[in-house]
Amino acid sequence: MASTSPSRVSVEEAAGIDVTAEEALDWFRKMRLIRRFEERAEEAYGQGKIGGFLHLYIGEEAVAVGAMAALHPKDDVVTHYRDHGYVLARGTEPRRVMAELYGKATGISKGKGGSMHMADVRRHLWGGYAIVGGHIPLATGLALANQYRNLPQVVACFFGEGATNTGSFYSGLNLAAVWKLPLIAIVENNRYGMGTAFERVSAVDDVYRKASAFGIPGERIDGNDVLAVRDAVRRMADRSRSGGGPQLIEAMTYRFRGHSMGDPQRYRTKEEVEEAKTHDPIVRWKRAVIENDLATEDELMKIGDEVEAEVEDAVRFAETSPAPDPNELFIDVLVPE
Amino acid sequence: MAQKTYRDAVREALREEMLRDKCVLIMGEEVGVWGGTYAVTRGFYDEFGGRRILDTPIAEEAIVGTAVGAAMGGLRPVAELMTINFSLVAMDQIVNNVAKIHAMFGSQARVPLVIRVPAGWGQLAATHSQSLEAWFAHVPGLLVVMPATPYDAKGLLKAAIRSDNPVMFIEHARLYGVKGEVPDGEYTLPIGVSDIKRPGRDVTIVSYSRMLHVALGAAEELAKTGIECEVIDLRTLRPLDMARVYASVEKTHRALIVEEDWMTCGMGAEIAARIGRDRFDSLDVPVERMGQVEVPMPYAKNLEELMFPDEKSVAQKVREMVA
Repeated sequence: MASTSPSRVSVEEAAGIDVTAEEALDWFRKMRLIRRFEERAEEAYGQGKIGGFLHLYIGEEAVAVGAMAALHPKDDVVTHYRDHGYVLARGTEPRRVMAELYGKATGISKGKGGSMHMADVRRHLWGGYAIVGGHIPLATGLALANQYRNLPQVVACFFGEGATNTGSFYSGLNLAAVWKLPLIAIVENNRYGMGTAFERVSAVDDVYRKASAFGIPGERIDGNDVLAVRDAVRRMADRSRSGGGPQLIEAMTYRFRGHSMGDPQRYRTKEEVEEAKTHDPIVRWKRAVIENDLATEDELMKIGDEVEAEVEDAVRFAETSPAPDPNELFIDVLVPE
Repeated sequence: MAQKTYRDAVREALREEMLRDKCVLIMGEEVGVWGGTYAVTRGFYDEFGGRRILDTPIAEEAIVGTAVGAAMGGLRPVAELMTINFSLVAMDQIVNNVAKIHAMFGSQARVPLVIRVPAGWGQLAATHSQSLEAWFAHVPGLLVVMPATPYDAKGLLKAAIRSDNPVMFIEHARLYGVKGEVPDGEYTLPIGVSDIKRPGRDVTIVSYSRMLHVALGAAEELAKTGIECEVIDLRTLRPLDMARVYASVEKTHRALIVEEDWMTCGMGAEIAARIGRDRFDSLDVPVERMGQVEVPMPYAKNLEELMFPDEKSVAQKVREMVA
């Protein structure tokens, strides 16, 4: 059942692409927003204003933005811990995401979750999870609830290629396939689990082929092509929504920064990183937008400026927001009964 | 009141809640077609169908993880793990997801989930005979219930299913056949409230689950010689209700904790520490503890029989405390 996906032209062969000008600009804006947000978070981390671990999404923006463009706003999303991009792509206010990174009371989880645990349940974002693979069965459960309640939502579960070697990947997707649940597994293959190249630790290093273990469709796509992501996720979501059971997408991408802050990156060469940057998803989309007359250079520039202001506003908001009240320590542990 | 077994009390609680609320469903190994490893869910598959009684593969992390997601998504799943030993396979889910999701996301999500799991033993050797309740009681964000009687099992399980918080509901394989009074009709019991199972003036025995019955048996014996034990059933291990324990210790000035788990870092250690700190001046003798011998459970029957406190050894300990 597993197959690669040659079905669509890439953004470089862009003639007649199926996208409106409005969508084109929206995706550009969101990818720029994520990029700039992450750059500013990196700076704030360097200034000691953000603590803990910080996993940046720079280089992988097309996956979150393309996927969110394909999903309905009520489709449920469960993600791994490199998660700022998903909430921003879904439309969560950058202010509240930045405030969460700063550990402020105005953060989306009141400063209790931090970088690795971004949730915005009103937007059906059920959280970032930081134990690799551990959220895959959760996604199965959310899909079970949707099926049981006859809701039309599918669940999109994002994780890295590294998670596909965990037991939870196997047990979670197996159960989803047994019950034919509306679940799309979107594997963001950025080629390294922390500093270990995937092929060094995975007996099968084509993730999409692992779908055959569950008898479900698996496709590999260019994860740096926002349109390819949108199309694949839309196709698979439609199939899953109409009773086709779980589907798996392997989106090939690359992270331009280290695994987390303070990663000396001894496991890859500068040349490799530079080569990968020539496939920058934002640059590629910008080129496609202009070549297809969906927008002008000036319009894109203007969006860049607006994004810049929005991120600056988010930083200011985070910096001037209050820290959580000490009494917050004991709130939220249990639901009051 | 009708005499019912602990198994039937648990069954009734599950069945009544399933009839009351169609968001309640049961998932686990052998819960459906087989009817439950301990026959708790026998007949449910026929009555409620495969949509609500979900047989799962043998994959505990998937059972619990899926139940967590289903609970977040608006259902009230009751996940059954075949034995408490197998919960170790699901420990990441229980500790990192079940217990954390509400707090970590600042109350944005709830996990109204019950994990039913029996402790127990019976020549099953080292990997299948553990107690482990202290592991769960250690974790903020979980409620841990461990009932000893059919009446408590039913009332507390119904409360657990209705709770918006996740509950570890620890049963005991050797209690399923024990009978007790269970009223017909609707009732729930509050989670987090201990219960005086036998009043007395001389020694306070604090216990729970199967060991409660051992403690009650010892108290019965001791009463014949004029020693009156007050036996307190904790019923809930997290949160701990110490009020009754303290009131009792103020009266008896002596406290003995009897548990089935290993004592190191166990419930008894916690309770002893709290009594020592909060009722130090009430004590006439040091707080005593009895529990499982601290070795992996051997298979041989004669060795297994040496592992736990029994009525005789508990009675002996009490006599030493009042001497």
